[in-house]
Amino acid sequence: MESIISVKGLGKTYAGGFTALKNVDLDIRRGEIFALLGPNGAGKTTLISIICGIVNPTSGTITADGCDIARDFRVARSKIGLVPQELATDSFESVMATVKFSRGLFGKAPNPAYLEKLLRQLSLWEKKDSKIMALSGGMKRRVMIAKALSHEPDILFLDEPTAGVDVELRRDMWEMVRGLRESGVTIILTTHYIEEAEEMADRIGVINRGEVVLVEDKNTLMQKMGEKELSLHLPEPLQQVPETLRDLPLTLNEDGSQLIYRFDIKSSDTGITEFLRRLNEADIEFRDLHTRESSLEEIFVGLVHNARSEQAEQLTKETQE
Amino acid sequence: MNWYGIRAIYKFEMARTWRTLMQSIASPVLSTSLYFIVFGAAIGSRMGDIDGVSYGAFIIPGLIMLSLLSESISNASFGIFFPKFSGTIYEVLSAPVSAFEIVAGYVGAAATKSIILGLLILVTARFFVDYHIVHPFWMLGFLVLTALTFSMFGFIIGIWADDFQKLQVIPLMVVTPLTFLGGAFYSINMLPEIWQKITLFNPVVYLISGFRWAFYGVADVNVGVSLGMTMLFLLLCMTGIWWIFRTGYRIKT
Repeated sequence: MESIISVKGLGKTYAGGFTALKNVDLDIRRGEIFALLGPNGAGKTTLISIICGIVNPTSGTITADGCDIARDFRVARSKIGLVPQELATDSFESVMATVKFSRGLFGKAPNPAYLEKLLRQLSLWEKKDSKIMALSGGMKRRVMIAKALSHEPDILFLDEPTAGVDVELRRDMWEMVRGLRESGVTIILTTHYIEEAEEMADRIGVINRGEVVLVEDKNTLMQKMGEKELSLHLPEPLQQVPETLRDLPLTLNEDGSQLIYRFDIKSSDTGITEFLRRLNEADIEFRDLHTRESSLEEIFVGLVHNARSEQAEQLTKETQE
Repeated sequence: MNWYGIRAIYKFEMARTWRTLMQSIASPVLSTSLYFIVFGAAIGSRMGDIDGVSYGAFIIPGLIMLSLLSESISNASFGIFFPKFSGTIYEVLSAPVSAFEIVAGYVGAAATKSIILGLLILVTARFFVDYHIVHPFWMLGFLVLTALTFSMFGFIIGIWADDFQKLQVIPLMVVTPLTFLGGAFYSINMLPEIWQKITLFNPVVYLISGFRWAFYGVADVNVGVSLGMTMLFLLLCMTGIWWIFRTGYRIKT
């Protein structure tokens, strides 16, 4: 599929010496919802800020819809909308005034009909003459989105869009993001909420310590890296995993009432048949069973943890040498 | 050229002025009127003419310049400082607007406000003292040039300042004293000779002198020198702004 954003060899070292991004390569496909995950300080906001022109890169190139963001900044930036993490608004302005300002700033002629449609979509039309300072946090977040969409961008960056918003508004926003994607807008979102990425994203990128650890189709990622659990509910709790089963990937839950067997879903032989046979041999009965796949959160934590372990090992080796 | 972008910034800044009319326009006009009442009508009536001009009329250019400088700096510095402070600067930085267009919007609006204020003070002065303008074209020229130059200076201060105190330091601690000591209320020829020489290092002397020449045809220093010094300061401010955008000083990391 065609790339709408292409990042090549991007690096960023701040004046204090902190390296926020290390040789990042990333391609965002036209029309997709791309979720960028990473722990605090991983480099997500720096990456977005560089693409949007707020932070200067130290090295590398970026194109947006084929336009270099430095050389053809006018064309490139006019295609991009940004909803930043912080609720930065002009408190004393009205909703309509601030949205009109954003549209003008991005070089678009006034279009009252479009702005009315946009504000209605975001349930802001009734508040169009209200001062932003009088709005709730959720409404302010919608205003930020309206501002970012006021110039009809092809690409929308949402930096932690649902941070601090209630569950209902989060669901509304997810709906809105899906609607935008259907209208052809490419969406890149950073989030701490794994379920948000799991719910919405087509592809997932994981960034850690300034490096893109992986980029993968969400479903493929969950298939590739996901584990599945088979939980057996026991009629009588166990104190520990029986001696004869200790070679299997088994754990007990806290009260010993469930025996949990983990297996790889991509493996051709899951070992379930062998497990059940040996369970029978050990004369362990169960009254119920269910299976569960790993969530994206567990995969993400695993990836970041592995990356840290590898770095720690590398550091130990270097120290020993 | 992103004309819509320039217009958006300009209109946004002007809207702030209309929203805060008492603070932006009424308050400076009132305080300058008090100067006219105290120094022009009350004290001035007991003082002799200076260079053939009544004292009340003599101080008009200096008082307009005093307001023009402080308001230009204050408007432009606050205009760019506040988005930095509130975080809304992200939008300007991520928009398809060039450095020139950003400056045109912010400085243009700040200068417009100062010029409106200067003209209002001029009209208000008519209620207290009689005056005439010998070179109206040059008067307007100096007014616009000074407003633009000091709005640029204010823009630089707004970028430099990282708290509200710094925003006030230069206007209050440097510009206002220089204006008071720059011949707003007296001719520098009235000073002892040594102070006449020292005062020539004060750049505001040239602004007030040139502006007063446009009013009454009399000046402390040659009008060409006044114009040259104003242009030089304008050039310095333009260079400063060019450097800010080139390096991203305090606006981009």
